[in-house]
Amino acid sequence: MPEGSLPARFEAWFASRGWAPRPHQIELLRIVGDGRSALLVAPTGAGKTLAGFLPSLVALSERAPSRKPRGLHTLYISPLKALAVDIARNLEAPIAEMGLPIRVETRTGDTPSHKRTRQIERPPDILLTTPEQLALLIAHREASDLFANLSCVVLDELHALVTSKRGDLLSLGLARLHRLSPNLTAIGLSATVREPDDLRRYLVPQTRPPSPLWGGVGGGGGAEEVAPYSEPPPPLTLPTRGREPVPAMADLVVVKGGAAPDLHLLDTGLTLPLAGHTASQAMPAIYDLIQAHRTVLVFVNTRLQAEYTFQELWRINEASLPIALHHGSLDASQRRRVEAAMAAGQLRAIVCTATLDLGIDWGDVDLVVNIGAPKGASRIMQRIGRANHRMDEPSKAYLVPGNRFEILECQAALDAVEAAAQDTPDARLGAPDVLAQHVLGMACADAFDPLQLYDEIVSAAPYATLSWEDFEAVVDYVATGGYALRAYERFAKILRGPDGLWRVRDARIAQQYRMNVGTIVESAKVKVRLARGVRGKPGAILPKGGRVLGEIEEDFADTLTPGDTFLFAGEVLRFEGLSEDEALATRAGPGTDPAIPSYAGAKFPLSTFLAARVRALIADPFEWDRLPKQVADYLLLQRQRSILPGPEGLLVETFPRGGRHYLTAFPFEGRLAHQTLGMLLTRRMERARLRPLGFAANDYGIAVWMTRDVSEAIAREPGFLAELFAQDMLGDDLEAWLDESSMMKRTFRQCAVIAGLIERRHPGQKKTGRQVTMSTDLVYDVLRKHQPDHLLLRAARQDAATGLLDVARLGVMLRRIQGRITHKALDRVSPLSVSVMLEIGREKVYGEGADEILAEAEAQLLEEALG
Amino acid sequence: MTRPFPELEDAILALGQKLERTIKTPGLTLAGEALTLDLCGGLWLAAHRTLIVSDLHLEKGSAFAARSGQFLPPYDTRETLACLHEAVARFDPACVVALGDSFHDARGPERMEPGDRAMIAALQEGRDWVWIAGNHDHAVSEGVGGRYAETLALGGLTLRHEPAPDAPNGEIAGHLHPCGKVAMRGRAVRRRCFVTDGKRLVMPAFGAYAGGLNVRNPAFDPLFPAGFTAHLLGDGRVFAIGKAMLARD
Repeated sequence: MPEGSLPARFEAWFASRGWAPRPHQIELLRIVGDGRSALLVAPTGAGKTLAGFLPSLVALSERAPSRKPRGLHTLYISPLKALAVDIARNLEAPIAEMGLPIRVETRTGDTPSHKRTRQIERPPDILLTTPEQLALLIAHREASDLFANLSCVVLDELHALVTSKRGDLLSLGLARLHRLSPNLTAIGLSATVREPDDLRRYLVPQTRPPSPLWGGVGGGGGAEEVAPYSEPPPPLTLPTRGREPVPAMADLVVVKGGAAPDLHLLDTGLTLPLAGHTASQAMPAIYDLIQAHRTVLVFVNTRLQAEYTFQELWRINEASLPIALHHGSLDASQRRRVEAAMAAGQLRAIVCTATLDLGIDWGDVDLVVNIGAPKGASRIMQRIGRANHRMDEPSKAYLVPGNRFEILECQAALDAVEAAAQDTPDARLGAPDVLAQHVLGMACADAFDPLQLYDEIVSAAPYATLSWEDFEAVVDYVATGGYALRAYERFAKILRGPDGLWRVRDARIAQQYRMNVGTIVESAKVKVRLARGVRGKPGAILPKGGRVLGEIEEDFADTLTPGDTFLFAGEVLRFEGLSEDEALATRAGPGTDPAIPSYAGAKFPLSTFLAARVRALIADPFEWDRLPKQVADYLLLQRQRSILPGPEGLLVETFPRGGRHYLTAFPFEGRLAHQTLGMLLTRRMERARLRPLGFAANDYGIAVWMTRDVSEAIAREPGFLAELFAQDMLGDDLEAWLDESSMMKRTFRQCAVIAGLIERRHPGQKKTGRQVTMSTDLVYDVLRKHQPDHLLLRAARQDAATGLLDVARLGVMLRRIQGRITHKALDRVSPLSVSVMLEIGREKVYGEGADEILAEAEAQLLEEALG
Repeated sequence: MTRPFPELEDAILALGQKLERTIKTPGLTLAGEALTLDLCGGLWLAAHRTLIVSDLHLEKGSAFAARSGQFLPPYDTRETLACLHEAVARFDPACVVALGDSFHDARGPERMEPGDRAMIAALQEGRDWVWIAGNHDHAVSEGVGGRYAETLALGGLTLRHEPAPDAPNGEIAGHLHPCGKVAMRGRAVRRRCFVTDGKRLVMPAFGAYAGGLNVRNPAFDPLFPAGFTAHLLGDGRVFAIGKAMLARD
């Protein structure tokens, strides 16, 4: 049989279904048949999954029968456990119908232990699993036998996996698989991405690295390299990629995108507010859409928005249509029930968050509605693809803006989708904390030779530029914590034997590794339990008996005081207090408004790409006739009262209002970068004696308010603004702020958990007593003072650059606006500034120090004493 | 003058600058004795020229490494001693009382770095130093200087590690690591604190890694049956906050 053509029984099977094998399926079969790896980029509904499995099914069907167990042939990795289970079910049909002698099994966190043991002893032909399970498998003592004959690995939804630390972990697992089975071919399945070459590199072993990976001090690991702790920490430098030799890449197979999506802006004809994300005015129109379609997915950006939308839709649900709610805080069993009802076609709509961005194909979805700003072009395309999984028919979707700015963002997204432009993120640099976890895992699998392990690790694309010194620092960290004081050598986790090989110290450490594997660090959560009021005793509650509604973040529960009302699981709840590890709540009376916003505004920051399009749209009045009239009028008014922000520069407005002075700026870089900017700006204004009082930020701009006249300060001192927005704020000011930043501490905690410094708290595990509770904030403060170049601090900085603080993006912006700042002193607030001013009071206000809160509480004591 | 611990002195200098921002240190009276609640978490008895610190939990980091293989940064002892050095330099006490649980466990002194050990010796020079027995370090091994006591009487005050519910007025104790939490307008601030009802006083933990127990925990109820005021250690000063304003965890 010529390579790449289908065997007869496969041809027959396709024919029996009324199908013909598609060209990309045959192409993939040919590439893998030649022993090469491949990336398949295809839109939803192109038969991607079958294409990925076809080479393995053909190869397995042609094997001579054997009685001996033959080891694992194909491994399939999916980002979602549910997807792995679903794919297994879908594979059963062709295997059964063609009578192929192939055994398929899944392995997830839910697989019982006896089955796991059996899977190692007598592996199936095809195993479907997740990145975390792969990490556990390669750390198993039997890993080299298990994977010795592995022929193919299929990575599904690769575009979604590679953008996170999970992708780093998976890349290291893949590198190990390539070593255990040198003839392994890897197949990546992906939606359309901006840089397919990044994914092509990811799939195959890379060649040698030239430059160090993480900026700053090497750490070396020698005891004599004790850094004096009074020395300032190395500045946060963004890692740069070294000059790369032409790297190995997998073959590329692209399926040209099927039918263009049928995409619209939902225009209700009503005037939209200038801020807010709820889109309350659009609910009747959305309800009409639900009535007119079979099944509708209503995507929103935050859980709060999901709760709100769900409530609003039910308020007007006169036909009692089955509309359900799905988000990450809901109880898992409740989510499973919703998914099952959806699969069974019992629901007309689901209001959901990113939890349903990926996953199981539901053929019946015929409309997607996206409420709020789309935030990114690729994200919106992924969501639109959830409607209708047949590629030849257009997916139908509506974008629903929540405010006038979001109209601009929706228009920019429509343009981007039409141009099929992508804004998927750049390839990641592998995270050091993930590497530390992996190194311990490799010691659990077998004794390792550091040189050999290093070569293996740099063959993984995210780690291709890792220097030997940085690798040594990681090994040193795993062994003894990597501290300048070598205090912990007696207790080392991995030990180097006289043969030069590193081994895990004992079974207990290996057990610890297994309990803590993975890169997803859930923030600590508490259950929300419905408590029952006591009849005739208002305020009194029975602590037990009610059902569990779901979970809320512990950080959020921490800020609640009894009596606070908040929106959760589709109802308004009244917080009654904490009992052990549960938050007790009662149903608030009808008509109660939730007082406390339970989740931050927009979860995803506006992508750089969409931001640029929005800026261009605003700057070019000739484009405005494509916009709804209310937006064009609004921009016109801005041009009359002030000026329009340019496509490249930065518009800064200053004006007095209500006895205070305001400064607003519009960088359009997303709320994370703006929050960081706000923190740094207020520090500088403090020094300039402008007496800043606080600031608010949204995706488009920030507003800072103060007691001194900022317009006058700018007029008096030329260069004042340029100085204020100078790039060097990312130096000392950033360092000083990071000291106190709670976001930095949260980032550090996640790195500390991934790298095994502190253990995960497992569900059901109770908080330990005060003597053992170790707050990572204390650890962070101490480490920062005494060893600022420690591996975990470097890991946290690397995350901060792109993650919660978005320092990288802020840096690019500050560079871009140099010499391009336009200032307009106004005597009243401008139309543009209104939008960000409206955030004040809606979101948390920053700049309020701990001491201000304490002073206020103290004042209450005085009142008590006097009253 | 030689600088035996140059790196420590730098850290102390930085701390000192931070403390300069202190507006005033509040005072209160317990059993007729005037007490100064210091922002560092120590208690200053000017009439006796005595500084009291509680629950240093030295070598807690290394205790974790020894017991569970969790490598918390081993700098907690150094950090705690630097804070203590700063307070000693400021008050120049004739006597320092460490109110129990000075070491996280009985083997703590063995694990201590030589530099840290020398630091303690330097602090003790020229002054009386009393280690009160705690539940973690009841039998502290030799080699850390000073003298040992179960309890200590000072004027009308009784100093002991674990508060006794039936103690007469004037007890100063530690052990509970009190923390107070204030939650307001979507923000929560949780800080170590002194707790007192004018009859007894429970001190905050001084150690860098010492955790905290919320003062609204029932453990405090038998000690303060008629309520209490918590004095929270803020960034710039100590804040007196009534029980009613303090949130549970």
